[in-house]
Amino acid sequence: MESEVEIVVASNGIRNKDDTITLKPSHDPERAAAKQRALEAHKTYGRGRPIRKQTIKDKKLRGNLKALENKYKDATLKAKDAEILLENESGFLEAEGELERTYKVRQEVIKADVAVETAKKGFDLKLEGLGPYVCDYTRNGRALLLAGRKGHVATMDWRDGKLGCELQLRETVRDAKWLHNDQYFAVAQKKYTYIYDHSGMELHCLRKHIEVTNMEFLPYHFLLATVGNAGYLKYTDTSTGQMVIEMPMKQGSPTALAQNPSNAILHVGAQNGTVSLWSPNSTTPLVKLLAHRGPVRGVAVDREGRYMVSAGQDLKMGVWDLRMWKEMNNYFLRQPGSSVAVSDRDLVGVGWGTQTSIWKGLFDKSREDQEKIQAPYIGWGGEGRRIERVKWCPFEDVLGISHDHGFSSIIVPGAGEPNFDALEVNPYENTKQRQEGEVRALLNKLQPEMISLNPNFVGKLDLVSAAERKKEADLDRKPEDPVATLKNRGRGKNSSLRKHLRKKGKRNIIDEQRLRIDALRMEQNKKARTTLKKHEEDLGPALARFARKSH
Amino acid sequence: MKIKALTRPTASAQAPGSSVARQPRNLDPALHPFERSREYTRALNATKLERMFAKPFIAQLGKGHVDGVYTMAKDPERLGTFASGSGDGVVKVWDLTSREQTWDTTAHEGIVKGLCFTRDQKLLSCASDKSIKLWDPYNTKSGTVPLATYLGNAAFTGISHHRSMTHFAASSSVIAVYDLSRSSGTPLQTLHWPTSTDTINTLSFNQTETSLLASCATDRSIILYDLRTSSPLSKAVLALASNAIAWNPMEAMNFAVANEDHNIYVFDMRKMDRALNVHKDHVAAVMDVEFSPTGEELVSASYDRTIRLWDRNAGHSRDIYHTKRMQRVFSCRFTPDAQYILSGSDDGNVRLWRANASKREGIKSARQRQKLEYDEALKERYKHMPEIRRIKRHRHVPKQVKKAAEIKGEELAAIKKRRENERKHSKKGLVPRKPEREKMVLATEQ
Repeated sequence: MESEVEIVVASNGIRNKDDTITLKPSHDPERAAAKQRALEAHKTYGRGRPIRKQTIKDKKLRGNLKALENKYKDATLKAKDAEILLENESGFLEAEGELERTYKVRQEVIKADVAVETAKKGFDLKLEGLGPYVCDYTRNGRALLLAGRKGHVATMDWRDGKLGCELQLRETVRDAKWLHNDQYFAVAQKKYTYIYDHSGMELHCLRKHIEVTNMEFLPYHFLLATVGNAGYLKYTDTSTGQMVIEMPMKQGSPTALAQNPSNAILHVGAQNGTVSLWSPNSTTPLVKLLAHRGPVRGVAVDREGRYMVSAGQDLKMGVWDLRMWKEMNNYFLRQPGSSVAVSDRDLVGVGWGTQTSIWKGLFDKSREDQEKIQAPYIGWGGEGRRIERVKWCPFEDVLGISHDHGFSSIIVPGAGEPNFDALEVNPYENTKQRQEGEVRALLNKLQPEMISLNPNFVGKLDLVSAAERKKEADLDRKPEDPVATLKNRGRGKNSSLRKHLRKKGKRNIIDEQRLRIDALRMEQNKKARTTLKKHEEDLGPALARFARKSH
Repeated sequence: MKIKALTRPTASAQAPGSSVARQPRNLDPALHPFERSREYTRALNATKLERMFAKPFIAQLGKGHVDGVYTMAKDPERLGTFASGSGDGVVKVWDLTSREQTWDTTAHEGIVKGLCFTRDQKLLSCASDKSIKLWDPYNTKSGTVPLATYLGNAAFTGISHHRSMTHFAASSSVIAVYDLSRSSGTPLQTLHWPTSTDTINTLSFNQTETSLLASCATDRSIILYDLRTSSPLSKAVLALASNAIAWNPMEAMNFAVANEDHNIYVFDMRKMDRALNVHKDHVAAVMDVEFSPTGEELVSASYDRTIRLWDRNAGHSRDIYHTKRMQRVFSCRFTPDAQYILSGSDDGNVRLWRANASKREGIKSARQRQKLEYDEALKERYKHMPEIRRIKRHRHVPKQVKKAAEIKGEELAAIKKRRENERKHSKKGLVPRKPEREKMVLATEQ
């Protein structure tokens, strides 16, 4: 009834005094919708909380900030509106009845159901005798790099099935990694690490990267990070060829390596079950997590850097929240997981033994409580091919699995980011675009100093030292009395006076300050003695020996 | 079982037969990591590029003068015409597009002290030979006789024309206001502060509040007059004498004075006991100052052989211009489109500079413009970062200027220290601190 009255009032445009009481601004549906829209836009495209303007006294500053905040708000709304231009929707695999299980769906069924173009993306490469293989996709997912343990290295444009180059290195290959685009790749060989170009020509030998087991490439910083059997973490700038830093990790030979794509921190798994987080700016780990009771076998981080998934020798797969540094859930694998990967849409692929399981919904950034998932999303394998590495192909619903019999590409609906940003990473780029993108990327190369747990620290002001400077510039300030602060924490072993005497009392300089400190000390001692005496008197002659100075 | 997998036909990226590749965008922040760091890097690069492209000097006009250039004037009706007067009494008129002189004459026997264009595009010049002459540089040949001559009692030091009327004022020991429409050579009225006797250095009509006139004299005073009442309004005495005075074209009540104490002071005429702003950076007396046509910027010429550019509300200069051969700079002017600056110096050259050192002329494509705007926004956003600020502020200055600035800094620090010591050892409140903006005002009178 009340709402009817409101509508009538609104259409009349005339309000008398009684009506205005029932008409609250929150009841205005248009405004509520706008508010809701702004809220949703802020959720996806917002950059943190707005600045509180009410407390700012400076009118000009307040005006400027207000304009700035409006600009930001406008930008989020426009970004939300631009969602209408996104062309593709992500794939899915849904059970229709209660009896259907998605993990029972086999690749043949999926291939029969999807478009012909997509079905072609699932294939097997039989490469017997030179395995086990490791694989890597370029950042745009177009080229594939395969490297067998016995020295067979091949690159290919996997969508067209075109071979790029093929090398028989005749020595152990432990890892291979694409650099910033499909023109260069690094291979960790028996002793040194080498860089090859797209035609397989050896360009560089990195003699400082010895016996490397795992590599990661940080595309925005142009850093190649390697860990080797000696337990050293080494960063090389691939644009200049300079070694940025090498540091001993002091935890034995590492067993797994992954990068956090949102802040370029490296997650290194160790024999003792810890995962340590490293940046080139610190010789000690930034964080150490005890993830497993046994060696860590695989680590992966989601693209927004909020969750980490790790697999260990203890048959467990743990899901960690990197904001709280807390394990949310762990899952049992029947054999130790050998490799983990997180896709763009938060599907987790884990290879264990001869099997690969893909999990969906292990974590969700917008959910407060995370329940344990009961069954995997899709399963694959069990055909005697021991999994070496799993990798998601960027911008595709494809999981690449390399094993000791070659390489398999399987279709996993709903894995890939459907809408790419062509100015960031373009899966359909032509030569010209690739070249221009390379130049642009080099111009915008980030410095290693910018790597930090919080990547948004860049551009922030050092307010503490600014306040300090301001204080010093004030000529009329009262001089600080160093003795006055010594009275603050008066009692006990760690009183500020005692601490001062411990640190600085040994200097044999008798000045005014020292005299005052001595006086203070005498006074405190005297006070303590009187309280002790008083306590003794209170307790009486028999119990006096239990009296204490304090209380 | 419902199954759908991602399919993107290759034709969606580039239509068959087309040479244009589509570039779809996705603004999801998850796809754009390191947003802050990358923006900062771009801002840093933009700042470096700005400094790389900073080439402020364009050209000198014609062959310059034989003697030093002590005064310049712009034609308020035209964009590209300037007049300059030199120490040997020669006046030249320049065309900026061809950078050549279009007209010249030996106007006076002494130093040309003041020049200004009238509203009907005639040129007035005054000099130390006690005469004011009226010229017609657009319609007469070089070296012709003046249209009119006004003789005074003392050497003239400055001249300024009224915005709309045919009046002009010239300063000597008094300010004489003449009317061009009257044939007689006697002044319409004379203005002076009742008690002052010293020479008036320069004067300037307010072009917005048109009947206001400001002058500064060798007795260190700044005096404001009103033509409507034919009387002086107010007077402020500063610590040292001022050399030039310039009204803000947008805020009619504000004016800037170029002072002998190396500073430029901006005053509100209603409240002269306190400067609105103090511009400090020159290391010798400031000889000339002018506001840009928008009133947002200032340009100043100094005895330390440099020109400096200032933002209206910043205390330090935003740029410094100098060349090896430029001597003491006595006059500077913004062009009416605020894109260029002209300077006249002791070495006789009239130089043309860019108002924005890294800006380039010419038509820009939309992409170029967009890039420049984006860079500008980035620089603005990260201007407080130490590295960017350092690069943005870094200038090569002549050795003498650098040395002089060092010495000056030491001297000022010593004076400050002495004052602080005095304060420390005297009774509290006896030696009060004076704000920098009030320090130089010795007295104000109504």
